[in-house]
Amino acid sequence: MVSLKLRDLRKSFGGFEVVKGVSFEVSEGEFVVFVGPSGCGKSTLLRMIAGLEEITAGELLLDGARVNDVAPDRRGLAMVFQSYALYPHMTVEQNMGFALRLAGVGKSERRRKVEQAARILQIENLLNRKPANLSGGQRQRVAIGRAIVRNPKVFLFDEPLSNLDAALRVQMRMELAALHRELKGTMIYVTHDQVEAMTMADRIVVLREGLVEQIGSPLSLYNEPVNLFVAGFIGSPKMNFLPAGLLSRDGGRVELSLSPDVRLTIDDVAETGSAQALTLGVRPDMIHVADHGPLRGQVLLVERLGNETLIHVDAGIGSEPVTVSHQGQYAVSAGEAVGLSIDTRRIHLFSPSGRRVARGLQPTQV
Amino acid sequence: MRKSLAVRIANFVIGWSAAIVFFFPIFWMALTAFKTEPAAIATPPKLLFSPTMINMRAVLDSADYLHFFQNSLIISCAATLLAIILGTPAAYAMAFFPGGRTKDVLVWMLSTKMMPAVGVLVPIYLIFRDAGLLDTHVGLIAIYTLMNLPIVVWLIYTFFKDIPKDLIEAARMDGARPLSQFFFLLLPLTAPGFASTGLLSVIFIWNEAFWSINLTVTNATPLTAFIASFSSPQGLFWAKLSAASLLAIAPIMLLGWLTQKQLVRGLTFGAVK
Repeated sequence: MVSLKLRDLRKSFGGFEVVKGVSFEVSEGEFVVFVGPSGCGKSTLLRMIAGLEEITAGELLLDGARVNDVAPDRRGLAMVFQSYALYPHMTVEQNMGFALRLAGVGKSERRRKVEQAARILQIENLLNRKPANLSGGQRQRVAIGRAIVRNPKVFLFDEPLSNLDAALRVQMRMELAALHRELKGTMIYVTHDQVEAMTMADRIVVLREGLVEQIGSPLSLYNEPVNLFVAGFIGSPKMNFLPAGLLSRDGGRVELSLSPDVRLTIDDVAETGSAQALTLGVRPDMIHVADHGPLRGQVLLVERLGNETLIHVDAGIGSEPVTVSHQGQYAVSAGEAVGLSIDTRRIHLFSPSGRRVARGLQPTQV
Repeated sequence: MRKSLAVRIANFVIGWSAAIVFFFPIFWMALTAFKTEPAAIATPPKLLFSPTMINMRAVLDSADYLHFFQNSLIISCAATLLAIILGTPAAYAMAFFPGGRTKDVLVWMLSTKMMPAVGVLVPIYLIFRDAGLLDTHVGLIAIYTLMNLPIVVWLIYTFFKDIPKDLIEAARMDGARPLSQFFFLLLPLTAPGFASTGLLSVIFIWNEAFWSINLTVTNATPLTAFIASFSSPQGLFWAKLSAASLLAIAPIMLLGWLTQKQLVRGLTFGAVK
């Protein structure tokens, strides 16, 4: 069953279009993440769904009914703000029960619902405190609790974890995922952090400059990005983009040159037009340091993360250094000359317009 | 932060000098109020004298002080309340739903305070005469409400501006309409702000003389007109005038003294945080 439907939603601020026609559906119980760089319109889109921003054009349907002009509270949605937005003069219990109080729910019923939500979030012992006396993580929980109490049709999260420190963010990420499983609620989550998107989402909506670039499951975006933007945005460290010249084409098979003495042959290439200059996309873990690799270069920087080693190599191809991700710890230091080999099983080829025209073999699921 | 001795001495000297310069006229008026008329105009001025209550008694005998006091109280409180009631929705809209011209509107509102009141005296007088508002409480309350509205809107606007927009949005999601937002959120969070706005407004109105003298005769005359009545016909009687002035400002001085914390907070809001 469809829970939320966006039909060509647009938003302009004084003649400047921020959301330029977005359409998709969110099914009941789904966890959808909007991701994109800052200024891509993801927060505006969320606020339009919430009812905090007016919809300039297009339609927003909630359970089949048009809600464009319905007041925020009448839409039956709940939002968790980046700043938590807890009412500073109210206790945790009053914060969580505020919506019920306004709706005229009786005191005992209110208390029961607040306690129930507090139990889920393990904040029962904080109910009498004021927000000022809570830690960042506790405030976050109260803000989520305030949403749970309302039993909303859709939970909306606007970058809720960005004010937390790294360790707490990882923990809250897991708790939110668990909460989604437990409540089975429909959730829409906005973030600029692709790791949050990858780890929590059922489906990711990648936005850029007010337009949807791609919608899909985390792994489908990772494995089959439709264009250079999505390929570069999803995955960390970022995919390497190497300029590749087209040498010859024979049906779907093309021969490319990365440098005068490095050539690659790729099958199943869709139409590339008449362009000679293509872009080869290779994820850092698909490039290996190999003494006799076809590419050669000088190590610029080594980042040792313990479980993996990131080696940035100036291979003389393109303007950016090539990033190599090596599992575990690897003995190499800046200034060394190394050889690199590309695993052609998982590469992507992009046309000059940025559209992906081919990829290597499917990765095998383990 | 520990300041050096020199800085502290300089602060002390400058602070006290400023305070003395500002306070001296009031101090001198208070002294004069308890002098005899000849002592009041003596040159060189006398600092030491035997105080007398004769002026106080004369002032209280010659005019019904309580009548004026009551008028001042009614007019300043009613106009303040009205200005706050009218100004709060405007401040709410401008603080939380600003448009492209909100800043211009705010500056324009304040700019009306720059115009000398005498410039509109004749039209206002004629309007008041034709509407039967001369020498009425309603008339003065109306003019003072309008006079203070820009300042009230500005002050409440700055207090509202200090409240994160997210809070209002969270309240909107929770189902709070503007009135609920005001009573459940804005009022509790900006109560000190409203208190200082109200106090300032009352003080401004209490001290206002131009309109009160020009638009009232006897019925609605506040204390400023009461003071003025001692200056004109029989020539200047400094001691009596001082006594009348002291009686007129005493209530508001007392109020200001008791609430100086809120007043300072109101006046420096936005400037010092």
